[in-house]
Amino acid sequence: MVGLGILSGLLIVPLAGAAFILTLGEETEAVKRNARWAALITTVVTFLLSLAAWARYDIASPSFQLVESHAWLAETIRFKLGVDGFSMPLILLTTFLMPFCIGASWLSVENRVKEYFVAFLVLETTMIGVFCALDLVLFYLFFEAGLIPMFLIIGIWGGKRRIYASFKFFLYTLLGSVLMLLAIMAMYWEAGTTDIPTLLSHRFPVGMQWWLWLAFFASFAVKMPMWPVHTWLPDAHVEAPTAGSVILAGILLKMGGYGFIRISLPMLPDASAEFAPLVFALSVIAIIFTSLTAMMQTDIKKLIAYSSVAHMGFVTLGLFTLNEQGIQGALFLMISHGIVSGALFLCVGVVYDRMHTREIAAYGGLVRRMPLYAAAMMVFTMANVGLPGTSGFVGEFLAMMGAFKANPTVAFFSVFGIILSAGYALWLYARVIYGKLEKPNLQGILDLDLREKIIIAPLVALTIWYGVHPAPVLDTFAPSTEALMQNMRTALANTQNAEAAAKAAKLAAAEKTAPETSQKIEAAAR
Amino acid sequence: MTPIQSVLPSITPVLPEIVLSVGALLLVLWGAWRGERSAESTNLGALGLLIFTFFLVVSQTGTVTTLNGAFIADPFARVMKALILIGSSATILLSRDYFQRERIDRFEYPILIVLCTIGMMVMASANDLISLYLGLELQSLAAYVIAAFHRDDVKSTEAGLKYFVLGALSSGMLLYGASLVYGFTGTVSFPGIVTALGDGGPASFGLVLGIVFVAAGVAFKLAAVPFHMWTPDVYEGSPTPVTAFFASAPKMAAMAMTVRVFIGAFPDVTAVWQQIIVFVSIASMALGSFAAIGQRNLKRLMAYSSIGNVGYALIGLAAGSEEGIRGVVIYMVIYLAMTLGAFAVLLSLRRKDKMFETIDDLSGLSRTHPWLAFSLAAMMFSLAGIPPLAGFFAKFYVFAAAIKADLVALAVIGVVTSVVGAFYYLRLVKVMYFDEPQAAYERIPPGSAIVLAASSVVVVLFFLIPAPLVAAAGSAAKSLF
Repeated sequence: MVGLGILSGLLIVPLAGAAFILTLGEETEAVKRNARWAALITTVVTFLLSLAAWARYDIASPSFQLVESHAWLAETIRFKLGVDGFSMPLILLTTFLMPFCIGASWLSVENRVKEYFVAFLVLETTMIGVFCALDLVLFYLFFEAGLIPMFLIIGIWGGKRRIYASFKFFLYTLLGSVLMLLAIMAMYWEAGTTDIPTLLSHRFPVGMQWWLWLAFFASFAVKMPMWPVHTWLPDAHVEAPTAGSVILAGILLKMGGYGFIRISLPMLPDASAEFAPLVFALSVIAIIFTSLTAMMQTDIKKLIAYSSVAHMGFVTLGLFTLNEQGIQGALFLMISHGIVSGALFLCVGVVYDRMHTREIAAYGGLVRRMPLYAAAMMVFTMANVGLPGTSGFVGEFLAMMGAFKANPTVAFFSVFGIILSAGYALWLYARVIYGKLEKPNLQGILDLDLREKIIIAPLVALTIWYGVHPAPVLDTFAPSTEALMQNMRTALANTQNAEAAAKAAKLAAAEKTAPETSQKIEAAAR
Repeated sequence: MTPIQSVLPSITPVLPEIVLSVGALLLVLWGAWRGERSAESTNLGALGLLIFTFFLVVSQTGTVTTLNGAFIADPFARVMKALILIGSSATILLSRDYFQRERIDRFEYPILIVLCTIGMMVMASANDLISLYLGLELQSLAAYVIAAFHRDDVKSTEAGLKYFVLGALSSGMLLYGASLVYGFTGTVSFPGIVTALGDGGPASFGLVLGIVFVAAGVAFKLAAVPFHMWTPDVYEGSPTPVTAFFASAPKMAAMAMTVRVFIGAFPDVTAVWQQIIVFVSIASMALGSFAAIGQRNLKRLMAYSSIGNVGYALIGLAAGSEEGIRGVVIYMVIYLAMTLGAFAVLLSLRRKDKMFETIDDLSGLSRTHPWLAFSLAAMMFSLAGIPPLAGFFAKFYVFAAAIKADLVALAVIGVVTSVVGAFYYLRLVKVMYFDEPQAAYERIPPGSAIVLAASSVVVVLFFLIPAPLVAAAGSAAKSLF
């Protein structure tokens, strides 16, 4: 293949925007304004380009599409891009959320505006890269490269404990990821390539799968994040600027889930089946434990951060049920959570910009001054709880259904998560929005302005739209999920057959040697 | 009567070394004739000489031995020589401004660098123990002198003396080991040693002892743990451009020498030396990452960083395979770019004739000098091994070789220490980007600017076109097996 395709375009456009912003001169008011507009235009163009990619995408096919492959490290490690039913929606989610992040930072970021938008645009490239990389080394490259801009975003534009949070975020995720790198190398020597489509049809020896699975798990579990390696997330969320939290919750957390569905499940099916109970246990603990933790938070962002961990518990639960409903539900939940938690962080940003505090106790009675805001927040809170009619319901319901099919006990315990989520989310809503407007400094608070309305309205619409009509998303996932399940079933059956055959052979061999041994004993007796 | 050609060895393979030697002698004459005024012109002359030799080296092809088998010119030697020449040329570029301001710009300095370079090139091409030692001594003697080049400065003098005493000790160990090897194999030539050892067969005790002593001497030159103690002091005390030199070119030569000895002379007794290298590698990585955390001085920090980096490069050697050596070569290329870039930034921290060299002096650099901070941040992320920067690919190839050679434990320890190391590299980024700015520094000197621009381009954009380097390193490694 010669020339660059549309996916390369998606990677290049944000970088080009970043390069343009870098060339702007000293930071004056005019330059700041130009930087904002340049960033907004870049992200919108990227979004339109991803829609163009979507238009060319054949929804019915489970195979990789829009594939392009360029010479890179070696013949067997190429710069290969492509999308399928798992990655296409996530790419759209990424490009869709980016303009909102730029919009949310329009006024709240006042110093070092140029660097801020450059970091965001570079981050966008790495996120898109993760989802469309069709080579493991390339995947790792984008997976890790995203740490650099995020580290800077938290560290430069973050809150009071930004330095602690940025270091924790960086080192925690790095430690998880380096083991994945070793696993990628081991796969390379075993299969002779890091090309993802080839590896999908390669069968790794069962013993090796264990180690590989654990190494990948180390990375994805931290990124997800799963209990007990989730502790970096609340810190990072609380300290990050609003847009940083949106990206963190909306996209970066999805990379872990995407890693499971792209690598762990299809390439290491035996180990995945073997370790599913472990994942179940961790997911259920995450769902219940972090929901309880969320309830006791006094910081709004921290509360939403813990609720994200609980929701990610449903995602891992759904993925490892290893049936269509569970996986579809988990994937849908990833998209829905991307929109809903992103929107919730944007809502927190709205009041934070006005009051400069995230303490729940500092608010109360906002509905009296901010009716529109209260309505929007209501939709997102309900979606977070998983109320039918919102997008949150579809995913959790499907994931739970899958879990019930795979393991009713696990499903039983995970249901408590929904009840608890209603507890913390509604309580938060009650404390912030309802009640009397008593605090003196809240008396003059203003409702959403035009910019904020433009940002929040589409998200409200989408949350409800996907709640009542989830088919477009589910239909996109379906062919790839079916192909994955087909593949896994054959692989698991093959392993079972092989094990049975080995057992039979052993038995046969034992029978063969038995007469010889008895003869020997006889000879010895003589 | 025999024709003259068969009596005289072929000199074409040695041509680069001969050109450099003749050039150095001419520069000495020029300097002696012109006196103190000649500093500028000898600088330029030495730079031109090194660059010319660089092109001479890269234009050669094939594998030839000459001088009765004592000297070998193969792709591996050429790659390492090219790196050495790049390191030396960059040092001269970096030194000019610093030496002028410190008023120690004498014509001997560039000449000593050239002489040191000749020694290093001989090390890279050595095919027997004697030529190896000759090259090593020429390199070391020149290095001792330039470490103490700021002779009115207590620290610099101390650094030179310390380097000399410990260096002499290590040379002694290497020589002792070499003599043991000679005693038990009956030859000093590397291919001869290979034949003498035969294949299989347990190595005799004397030979093992010899290898251990050679390894100790080599580890000293590499600044690998447990023979690293001199490094932080010498790095801190020497004039900063000299430190940049020590961290770049001689490391290339020492690594070339290490590979030559272990892969060239002892390829079939891997079992004897592999565990030594594994130990040295682990110890260096661990010390390099943990000890650097407490450092405030940037030069000392770079010293520990270089110790750690040698540890990573040695992973490739420990694998003992063609992939491993390819990894070593790639690692050294990228390490060279990162080190030179970092020192170029360090040499730009000057305000009113005072050099600043602690971490706190970098505070808020991103506000006062955005491009300088960007470059140094790129070097730091790269040293930490974060993709897409070049340092990631360096680590990728050595770790991949280790995994293939079933050295999984070594690889796991390696990646974990790299996370620890990331902590202190990140701290520099934090100081530059998160902390409050202070007064601006003077304009970056032109020599540093050139070096910094070149190394930044290599480090940041390497991932776009990695194939040529990988291929070159591959053919270099192939020539050894």
